[in-house]
Amino acid sequence: MANSQIVEVKHLVKSYADLVAVNDISFGVDRGEIFGLLGPNGAGKTTVINILCTLSKPTSGKALINGFDVIHQQSQVRQCIGLVFQDPSLDERLTALENLEFHSRVYNIPASVRKERIEQVLRMVELWERRRDIVKTFSGGMKRRLELARGLIHHPEVLFLDEPTLGLDPQTRSRLWDFILGLRHREGTTIFLTTHYMDEASYADRIAIMDYGKIIALDSPKELKSTVGGDVISLNTVDNQKAQAELRERYHIQANCDEEQITFEIPNGERFIPALIKKFDTEILSISLRQPTLDDVFLKLTGHRLRDETVKSELKEIVRQHGRYRMRH
Amino acid sequence: MNSLRGIYTIWYRDLLRFWRDKMRMMTSLAFPLLFLIVFGSGLSGTMGMLAPGVDFSKFMFPGIIGMTVLMTSFISGVSVVWDREFGFLKEVLVAPISRVAVAAGKTLGGATIALIQGILILLFAPIFGLTLSPGILPQLLPVMFLVACALSAMGIFLASRIKSMEAHQAVMQLLMFPMVFLSGVFFPVNNLPPWMNILVKINPATYGVDPIRQLVLGAQPTTSLGITVLGHTMSISDDLMVVAAFGLVMVVLAMWSFSTQE
Repeated sequence: MANSQIVEVKHLVKSYADLVAVNDISFGVDRGEIFGLLGPNGAGKTTVINILCTLSKPTSGKALINGFDVIHQQSQVRQCIGLVFQDPSLDERLTALENLEFHSRVYNIPASVRKERIEQVLRMVELWERRRDIVKTFSGGMKRRLELARGLIHHPEVLFLDEPTLGLDPQTRSRLWDFILGLRHREGTTIFLTTHYMDEASYADRIAIMDYGKIIALDSPKELKSTVGGDVISLNTVDNQKAQAELRERYHIQANCDEEQITFEIPNGERFIPALIKKFDTEILSISLRQPTLDDVFLKLTGHRLRDETVKSELKEIVRQHGRYRMRH
Repeated sequence: MNSLRGIYTIWYRDLLRFWRDKMRMMTSLAFPLLFLIVFGSGLSGTMGMLAPGVDFSKFMFPGIIGMTVLMTSFISGVSVVWDREFGFLKEVLVAPISRVAVAAGKTLGGATIALIQGILILLFAPIFGLTLSPGILPQLLPVMFLVACALSAMGIFLASRIKSMEAHQAVMQLLMFPMVFLSGVFFPVNNLPPWMNILVKINPATYGVDPIRQLVLGAQPTTSLGITVLGHTMSISDDLMVVAAFGLVMVVLAMWSFSTQE
């Protein structure tokens, strides 16, 4: 049984002086699977990754990677994982090639295959032509791809991607995902990723939704979406609070209300809308119907949206990048 | 074997970065040379002979070599803070090499860079009226390297506990200048007021500068320039023992500090 799952986490807790970042979570990841950890910033996703890749020690509980204990068998764990961090971790003063050579050496790749492996991964991420350039001259997307290449040189059993596409433009994001999906297809590498982008989480075979240090749901994206039950209707009226009350009294619908709109789930939404418009007392400004997303799942489970957090965290990221830029110049 | 490769890789990267940064190499030479030229020329006339055949210029030259080695190795810890700031430290910390090897590689990297800088200053000896016989190099270079290792380990240890560039710079300046000024780089350390005497004698850098001076000026532990601790004039090997002991403590601290990094 010990080796049946590539990642095994049991009752993991990480607490700091004033907060519990990870609060007693347990889960397992199967070999060859793409496993996503979805949650807003500050939910504890990065803490989980840090523990799994031996950068941080858990307060209590246990985690095994490929059967190796992350506390007592750190070297073995490190040898079989690849990592792409949330923040860049390249030596920007060196060339792409030098970064990869450094990595190959510290990961014990025999000199005989080093060159070949480096060329292979660089070609895969389409950076072979730029191999002799100093990394500082690379764009954000190129750096990410280089990091992805680096994480793969030593043929890891499991590749950890912590917010792999944060701060990248949509085109680069989709290209990066092509690489990641192709990788799983060709090499069968297990992929463990954290993200707060719902559309990205949908690439995963299974998703664990995390909020305030706890895993509140774990299933395939399809199953998770099916828990929402039917269609999602968004409604904007002249008085949303009044509309919310009206929905409750007349239709027994518990709707969620935020600054912009009211949302609720209902089976057969197409048929419900005409009936609603005909009889609704509060004046309706706009109405829309859609299939449930993971955001709706999140909203249903937690009562708040993932999206609000995302906007804030992206702002935070911009501020941070800006700070970095200023520091360097 | 594994650890050796790890140490080598870490060391190699630090040297590669140093080599890339010619600007840094040049600017860090400018400072000691400025000292030598301005103070050496300016004060030589006034100070007269400090010992038979040793004017202030000659006196200060080995001191400046010591200072260059001390400062370069001590500051080299900045690479750790730098790597933390720019994320590369994570790549190092999750690598399957022991943290002890990481600390050792970093220490040796900083020490090697300091040694190179020291050698570059050494090349200017003839300008300051010193004739160095190549014969002393097999002794002088290992001494410089030992001093560099000790201070580099200390720099790495401190840097591994400091989280920001600003704090690192502040701590370095706070420690480095007193350490350099009170080590006998700029003036002979006998005949000092008692309070200063104590500070000089407990300063490990003092025992790094002294053997370099003894070697460069010719191996007479001249009592007028030598360091006397509790009535005993320190020979080169006495000095080196102090430096080695201090260095050992710092290396152990640096290794411990890296092993507990999160």
